[in-house]
Amino acid sequence: MTAIKKIRHRQPLTDSNLLLIITISIFAAMYALSMIFFGGGFLNPQQFLNLFNENASLIILACALSVVMIQGGIDISVGGITALVSVCCAVYLEDRGGSVLGALGLALGIGLAFGLLQGLLISFLDIQPFIITLAGMFLARGISTMVEVNPRTVKHAGFSALREIEIRLPGIGYYAKNGNFINAKIELGVIVALLVLLALFVVLKWSRFGRSLYAIGGGSQNALMLGINIRRTRLYSYMICGMLSGIAGFVYLLHTGSGSVTQATGAEMKAIASSIIGGVLLTGGVGNIIGTLFGVISLGTINNVVVAMGLKGPWWQGITTGAMLCLFIVLQSIIISNRNGGSFKLALPGWFIPKKKTNESKPPQ
Amino acid sequence: MQDGGIVLSMRNIGKEFPGVRALQNVDFTLRKGEIHALMGENGAGKSTLIKVLTGVYTLDTGYINIDGMSKAAKIRSPQEAQSLGISTVYQEVMLCPNLTVAENMFIGRGKYSFVNWGQMSRRAKKILDNLGIPAAPSQQLASCSLAVQQMVAIARAVDMECKILILDEPTSSLDEQEVAKLFSLMRELKSRGVGIVFVTHFLEQVYEVCDRITVLRNGELVGEYKVEDLPRVQLIAKMMGKELGGLSEIMAKKAETGEFAGVPVYEAAGLSSAAGTKPFDFSIKKGEVNGFTGLLGSGRSESVRAIFGADRMTGGRVSVNGKAARITKPIDAMKLGIGYLPEDRKRDGISADLSVRENIILALQVMKGFFRPFSRAKAKAFADEYIRLLGIKTASADTPIKSLSGGNQQKVILARWLLTHPEYLILDEPTRGIDIGTKVEIQKLVLKLASEGMAITFISSETEEMLRTCSRLIVMRDRRIVGELNGEDMTQDKIMRTIAGEAPDNA
Repeated sequence: MTAIKKIRHRQPLTDSNLLLIITISIFAAMYALSMIFFGGGFLNPQQFLNLFNENASLIILACALSVVMIQGGIDISVGGITALVSVCCAVYLEDRGGSVLGALGLALGIGLAFGLLQGLLISFLDIQPFIITLAGMFLARGISTMVEVNPRTVKHAGFSALREIEIRLPGIGYYAKNGNFINAKIELGVIVALLVLLALFVVLKWSRFGRSLYAIGGGSQNALMLGINIRRTRLYSYMICGMLSGIAGFVYLLHTGSGSVTQATGAEMKAIASSIIGGVLLTGGVGNIIGTLFGVISLGTINNVVVAMGLKGPWWQGITTGAMLCLFIVLQSIIISNRNGGSFKLALPGWFIPKKKTNESKPPQ
Repeated sequence: MQDGGIVLSMRNIGKEFPGVRALQNVDFTLRKGEIHALMGENGAGKSTLIKVLTGVYTLDTGYINIDGMSKAAKIRSPQEAQSLGISTVYQEVMLCPNLTVAENMFIGRGKYSFVNWGQMSRRAKKILDNLGIPAAPSQQLASCSLAVQQMVAIARAVDMECKILILDEPTSSLDEQEVAKLFSLMRELKSRGVGIVFVTHFLEQVYEVCDRITVLRNGELVGEYKVEDLPRVQLIAKMMGKELGGLSEIMAKKAETGEFAGVPVYEAAGLSSAAGTKPFDFSIKKGEVNGFTGLLGSGRSESVRAIFGADRMTGGRVSVNGKAARITKPIDAMKLGIGYLPEDRKRDGISADLSVRENIILALQVMKGFFRPFSRAKAKAFADEYIRLLGIKTASADTPIKSLSGGNQQKVILARWLLTHPEYLILDEPTRGIDIGTKVEIQKLVLKLASEGMAITFISSETEEMLRTCSRLIVMRDRRIVGELNGEDMTQDKIMRTIAGEAPDNA
């Protein structure tokens, strides 16, 4: 009888934390190696901060997707909503003489409307989230084309002023060619993205809603039995996702200064990839929003590495992103199934698995 | 036994599913501070009644009154049931494996907007220590054994200060010590005035802890009895609706315990598998019924899976009917005339969405090859024959197997293997989670098949059953064979001593 109940003195990490640590370690190792081998730009703090500047809206989108993916869902309309918001805001500011605040409200409104509609259909009619949000994606792109076919540059005074805002970090910077010290800068969008990240971190870690998301991702029937209102929680998660897509669209416009139908093409896929690299499992229930941030900047870094290696062709970025995603998914599957005594190991050749693991007994059924 | 006020009364409960009347005019009364057994065969409506009470199903007719409130209680979701003071522990662990132990104990309860991790962890630690559950609050639930997970579910239910505690077969994954612990806990809750509904298949457990028994049959109420007024035999009779002579019949018909002549049907030397069994020798002859026994996790299932080639073989030699054989996949074993009824019916046994007919012919079809399908008429003939032979209760051969009760599903899987006419049939827990009537039928069938010359390995976690059916018992501990018992040596006591590692001579 003692054999069954072995108390583990050293507690293993939870899956979420384990994957988070892996993501951060890989990013740190990758960046450190790049600094050593390529030097140059990688030693420049500005290049590091540009990972954030360039990807502020992607960070927000990836966070939005993480929220949905943790509860076991998916939302592929986020890229479409981002484009729609950028187009609508651009037209509103330029042609309708709107104000900046009004544009922000418009962004939030569009995002929330999509989130609410999709969320209602998914949670209360039990329709597959993939299909509903696929429809949402086409709808959003379609409406953007209807609003304005051509790219619009925003010259609105108030908005331009907002675009000009950049935060110079004291003490951190680089020496320009002429020997002057230039403080590194970050854009306003980065601040927004980090605030979103912080808010979601708090919500996911401490709020009842956040923990319910994890519970539903772990098993929605079980979560129901534990007294969690799964329909409402799911609805809220899609609403948050939609709203954040709206914010991402606004941040996108802030970064590029123009609204266009073709903007944020494939952003939903990049956001999903970032979440997965950040340790969010597609099956739900496992993930950490901090990991998602590292997922985004890992993807950015890989692209910088490709450029630094002299592979200038545009296809290299796609290839490396694909390879990295594949690597992470295989790694995650192996780790998670080995920990939980899953059947994955049966599909792997014997030499693949460390000897110690195979002997470890699975909990008796 | 104190008879307090009535804490729950369900009156005229009716629930209909498409084509099935699951409950009809059922009354159920639970008093304060009593442990009330809800008994019935599979498909009697116990689970439906409990799901109505916990808000998983909404009832069609009747009303539920809780704690003597003036109006009928409306229970539309598990959440509402919880807030009315009803907490439930299910047979299958209904917790979230990706969350920590402490979170699983507290999530979804009470009114809060933010989690205080420190406080939650301390409270969880206190409860776990009180109940002697070997788990740490911050451990991820998936890293605990099933038994510990079940105890965590119980701890959660107990801590909810509930008025009504429903235990739906909580003991099926617990070992004896844990069951004893659970019972003392139940008694303590009882003394605090909690009404407990206890659903179980184990008769002994009912007589050990319960005060009253309500019996259901075919979705109807048979009656409510005090435990002391209802001896076991009568209880079984009430559940089955007929007098039971089966058990004594089995005792009389028990297979020969003498020597079996001839070449072994199956013989293995030093067999070991990737699932972690230590190398073992094993042989079985025509007409013999043997059993593997041992505690949960001792490797009984892994051993027979190794025999069937369900796990990758890592060493040893195998011969079938005296000829050397190679079994690396289940299909190899099947072609050599070996059948295997798996332990986990839901996962490894049934194809839930296929019909009874398709499930029955599946093994034979696999052996024949999928590109040479049976004609419909032939398949139907096979299915009908075995449905009749085993008395499978199903609307038709085309009914999806998932809509059958557990016992009938098991019979279908049994039919699947019998149809292949195996020389050697391995039955891993064929009687688990099914009602006592079907259990008896299956045991009888095992003896009948053996007397017709089939070699059978029969595994059951109820030692009683194995003592009744097997002529030889192989005792396992820690994935290794530690002894073999036959004839007079086959007693509960001897088995336990062998498992404990005492030399049989000391007995």
